[in-house]
Amino acid sequence: MSNPFPLEKDKLIEAYRTMKTIREFEERLHVDFGRGDIPGFVHLYAGEEASGVGIMMHLKDHDRIASTHRGHGHCIAKGVSVKSMMAEIYGKATGSCAGKGGSMHIADLSKGMMGANGILGAGAPLICGAALAAQKLEHDGVGITFFGDGASNQGTVLESMNLAAIWNLPAIFVVENNGYAESTSVEYAVASDSYVDRATGFGMPGITVDGLDFFAVYEAAGEIIKRAREGAGPTLLECKMIRFFGHFEGDAQTYRAPGENEENRANNDCLKIFRSKVTEAGVLTDAELNAIDGEVMTLIEEAVEEAKAAPLPAAEELTTDVYVSY
Amino acid sequence: MARTLSMKDAINEALDLEMERDKTVIMMGEDIVGGAGAGGEDDAWGGVLGVSKGLYAKHPKQMIDTPLSESAYVGAAIGAATCGLRPVAELMFIDFLGVCLDQIFNQAAKFRYMFGGKAETPVVIRAMCGGGFRAAAQHSQMLTPILTHIPGLKVVCPSNAYDTKGLLTQAIRDNDPVIFLEHKNLYGSETDVPEEAYAIPFGEANISREGKDVTIVTYGLMVHRSLEAAETLKKEGIDVEIVDLRTLSPIDMDTVLESVEETGRLVCVDEANPRCSIATDVSAQVAKDAFKSLKAPIGMVTAPHSPVPFSPSLEDSYIPSAEKIADAVRETMGA
Repeated sequence: MSNPFPLEKDKLIEAYRTMKTIREFEERLHVDFGRGDIPGFVHLYAGEEASGVGIMMHLKDHDRIASTHRGHGHCIAKGVSVKSMMAEIYGKATGSCAGKGGSMHIADLSKGMMGANGILGAGAPLICGAALAAQKLEHDGVGITFFGDGASNQGTVLESMNLAAIWNLPAIFVVENNGYAESTSVEYAVASDSYVDRATGFGMPGITVDGLDFFAVYEAAGEIIKRAREGAGPTLLECKMIRFFGHFEGDAQTYRAPGENEENRANNDCLKIFRSKVTEAGVLTDAELNAIDGEVMTLIEEAVEEAKAAPLPAAEELTTDVYVSY
Repeated sequence: MARTLSMKDAINEALDLEMERDKTVIMMGEDIVGGAGAGGEDDAWGGVLGVSKGLYAKHPKQMIDTPLSESAYVGAAIGAATCGLRPVAELMFIDFLGVCLDQIFNQAAKFRYMFGGKAETPVVIRAMCGGGFRAAAQHSQMLTPILTHIPGLKVVCPSNAYDTKGLLTQAIRDNDPVIFLEHKNLYGSETDVPEEAYAIPFGEANISREGKDVTIVTYGLMVHRSLEAAETLKKEGIDVEIVDLRTLSPIDMDTVLESVEETGRLVCVDEANPRCSIATDVSAQVAKDAFKSLKAPIGMVTAPHSPVPFSPSLEDSYIPSAEKIADAVRETMGA
């Protein structure tokens, strides 16, 4: 059977593997956090995988992204090591940030990942800077900021959209609209029926896609990124999506309608949707996908075991890395 | 070769030389060129007080006017600094810090630490500071203590044209985020300044005046007020040493302590508000590390715990005067 998708089979496998890795990473954190193994707090990306992966499949290391407090999925999709991320979340010296950042500050600049961010909307100015650097240094890199429907109301985001538009920056503004700003509904907090209208207001194109559909995200992102690389300027992309867990782990989610989570897990799961599309088209089989599932589970188990066994940061690390020189 | 230059021209020259030397140095800010998109002259303003006048003609690709969006463009400067550029963002007045503080203290200052030592953020944020312009509460503040409180930032506040050129050059070449504060009442002050580029290392105070009786520790405009006070006191037989900190983070406590160990008396002079200020910080460190050298209680001369007033008569009593400094020194001498 011919492949009706815009990706070759090996790329479809890569997409599925990355989405599944994010899912199992987050499911495992949910369990380990509940057990009290993980310090601090974590915000899980489970349910939203098609957005991060559908976009990041188009990117190279010199493309920069700025993520959010819900950043694990973006990190994995941008190529940050899963094992170093797990160690970071466990607060270990072997973590991506040597145990100094934790869940909300995972970054890997060598992969173009400018950091998860504990401050909502803070990534938008930063990626304007990344996009400006690409423009000034004359390479084809793009800057992408992710923010939720909640942070879409931050002044930084709106100022940055204006800045990107007047400077014609290769910047992309991705609204991951999961319907909730913490516990507050998008219906309450966003004074516009359409993010496309907001984009229009700043003189840039805006597109809304079904963020549960990997292929819809992938195709829209491909166009937008190509446009930015070619010097045609910024775009806003809204991915409508579902957050499987609460705002943070420990959130009782009393704001949700009865049965909402169960309905989402059963019928609005981007991984299930991907699986049925590729298997029904006969491009990938359940057996192939199940084999990937097994490999992912092994990776996550190893990551947790290695994180638990890893050393804590040495006491003298408390005051290192504040400055390059002081 | 040295010739006389104002602090304002020293800033312009440091920016010019560094942009010429390194094409990744860019400058961005509100009206730093001026007249963007308008029908009149290019380089219409060159900054709100003309500090960057003429730089656009020499470095058109490196000079970027911004909209009035401090969070966006200061944040963009910070983001670009992690991507291979060395931006100098002009915040115009440090009083606008509140608008973009998150980008400075939660982003730029913390990247290196949060990311486990893997980030470098070579950004400079230049801003005018200080009073005396009759510019009232939102255009006259020092705010230095707010900035020195934040680990990850370097804070510079020069007192003369020579130091300004050398410290700004160092700030641009430095690989950490630097807040560079320019006292607007010193823009016209002149010293000899070499034509060539030179960098003054951070964390090295300057002894502006040598003396044996009392140490004054200060920075910025207050160096000049202290020098004035020292001349008055000289006539009374009181010999004052003045330590110009030049950089407030890092701070050169070694020079301060050495001076206090010699004189046995300390007066801290700070244009910032008094609570948790540079004056209280230096006082606390001296009390802790050189208590036995002290022959008298530490004196402090600061602005009051109030906003900066508008009316000239009120502002003149807000900003520490040479008379108040001299009084504090006399008190320390038991005079």
